[in-house]
Amino acid sequence: MKIRVLSVVAASLLVAACASGPQEGGDASGKGAGAIVPGSAEDFVAKAKDRVFFAFDRSDLDAAAVKTLMGQVAWLKTYPNAMVTIEGHTDPRGTAEYNIGLGERRANAVKQFLKAQGIADARMKVVSYGKERPAVEGTTEYAYAQDRRAVTVVAK
Amino acid sequence: MNEKDEGKTMMTAAFRAWKRASAAVLGIVLGLAAFAAPAFAELRIDITRGNVDPIPIAVPAFGGDDERAIKVGSDLAGVLVADLERSGLFRSVDSRAFIQSFSSMQVQPRFPDWQAINAQGLVQGRTTIQPDGRLRVEFRLWDVFATQQLKAQAYVTDVGNWRRIAHIIADSVYERLTGESGYFDTRIVYVAENGPATKRIKRLAIMDQDGANHRFLTDGADLVLSPRFSPSTQEITYMSYYNGVPCVYLYNIDTGKRERLGNFPGMTFAPRFSPDGNKVIMSMARGGSTDIYTMDLRTLERRRLTNTSAIDTSPSYSPDSQFIVFNSDRGGNQQLYVMNADGGNVHRITHGEGRYATPVWSPRGDFIAFTKMAQGRFFIGVMRPDGTGERLLSDGFLVEGPTWAPNGRVLMYFRESPSDTRGRGVNSYLYSIDLTGYNERRVVTPIEASHPAWSPLMP
Repeated sequence: MKIRVLSVVAASLLVAACASGPQEGGDASGKGAGAIVPGSAEDFVAKAKDRVFFAFDRSDLDAAAVKTLMGQVAWLKTYPNAMVTIEGHTDPRGTAEYNIGLGERRANAVKQFLKAQGIADARMKVVSYGKERPAVEGTTEYAYAQDRRAVTVVAK
Repeated sequence: MNEKDEGKTMMTAAFRAWKRASAAVLGIVLGLAAFAAPAFAELRIDITRGNVDPIPIAVPAFGGDDERAIKVGSDLAGVLVADLERSGLFRSVDSRAFIQSFSSMQVQPRFPDWQAINAQGLVQGRTTIQPDGRLRVEFRLWDVFATQQLKAQAYVTDVGNWRRIAHIIADSVYERLTGESGYFDTRIVYVAENGPATKRIKRLAIMDQDGANHRFLTDGADLVLSPRFSPSTQEITYMSYYNGVPCVYLYNIDTGKRERLGNFPGMTFAPRFSPDGNKVIMSMARGGSTDIYTMDLRTLERRRLTNTSAIDTSPSYSPDSQFIVFNSDRGGNQQLYVMNADGGNVHRITHGEGRYATPVWSPRGDFIAFTKMAQGRFFIGVMRPDGTGERLLSDGFLVEGPTWAPNGRVLMYFRESPSDTRGRGVNSYLYSIDLTGYNERRVVTPIEASHPAWSPLMP
């Protein structure tokens, strides 16, 4: 009997929490769910592709990467106050310390490209995660290809 | 006289065999590799391992005058036996076979009784709680067949230190019987891991070499990597993403105080202390290249040792501080290089198939341990400092990051294995192995683990 009473209380709390959730969110943004503020980090991910991929133990940008980065350049020129961090990553098939260096080299390759396209040095920070933050779980070549990446993240 | 000599010969002969095992076993492996060279190159490792008959040793529970002393004595003998057995060089004789028990340290062993159960070594010990509350531990090591005392020692300390006394006695026994210094009174610092690969939580953790006294040093809020002990064992240098930027830090084990090392313009990582503890050598990545620097801990002077567009990392000093071995891709892919301590006279030491990484100079100076990557697999191996005599001790889907026990006879590293049959996710654990490639065993940790570093013997 006691248990049943408790469960009813818990259920009603849950309903209250659900009711207040979306309402608060709506107030904060002043817009409906799914709206993206132009110039925001979300807008960057939605309009420009945020990442480029690399071959094993390489940091050179291929044609697909260049196309992606040109999209990033266009967006960054539209929003000249946006600051970015470029995160370099590797797949897990190497040693941790070397991979910190390799991730930095990849992130730097992206930074140098963006800089050459007119994005100011001061807007870009570089950080390497080496093999510490793979994009996907897994030990397949497909997973590793997703891991070997540089991700441009717009500061919030 | 004859009997004595024979007994003594028996025991030392077994250890000579162990020391020879390295040369003999690996000689065979290299021999096979030479035959198979066209097809397999030298990547075959010896899966039967060198085999050594462990020396039977009897360790009766250390006697005592009261219940408390007897309890400590029994626990202490248990820790001591476990240390010796884990080395792979000793086997404890089942205590149920013991005929004699010792009522005091003055009682001599009845050697025929111990010979009858084929105990070659006998550790006789006694624990006493002194009137001042401190613990007194005495032990004698006997060669049963030579009917000789090999070692006798007494220690007085706080009762809480009984585990350390057990390790110190184990080191003493190991040293007397093998001729090598021990490694049981040591600690391991490592990266404790949990969670999915994409959101892995990594914490620094420390424990005694046998897994006791485990504790976490950091809370997991920031990614951490590559902890290493100072020669004094009181400090750890490691890399952390605290504040979002990877940097080298110092951590004081006693105070828990953390301090960022230097104010470098780039990311700093791969730190390691110099043998005198006065410097930390590390890498800094900036502008697409990674170079090696030292930082003097007294003057805070920063010195650049390499200056190329390559990734130069994982530096490690020779024990005499004269040389530094490191890993560089300046020749196209990761290979090992040695340079003078001032950065001069850089020369490549690896020329084999595959990529080489994480070199670590043995505390004895005779070998460099490394991680090798070839044919889609990872290997832990050792070579002489000039790059000759490469021997692969262990292999797997991923094995990485060897660290030396202070006696230069045992290595520890981490091993990742795919954790389900579909190859999603991996698990990671610590392993140790004898320099001969014998006695590979899992080092038990409370959760998953990587990047171990072995401390020097505790001061």
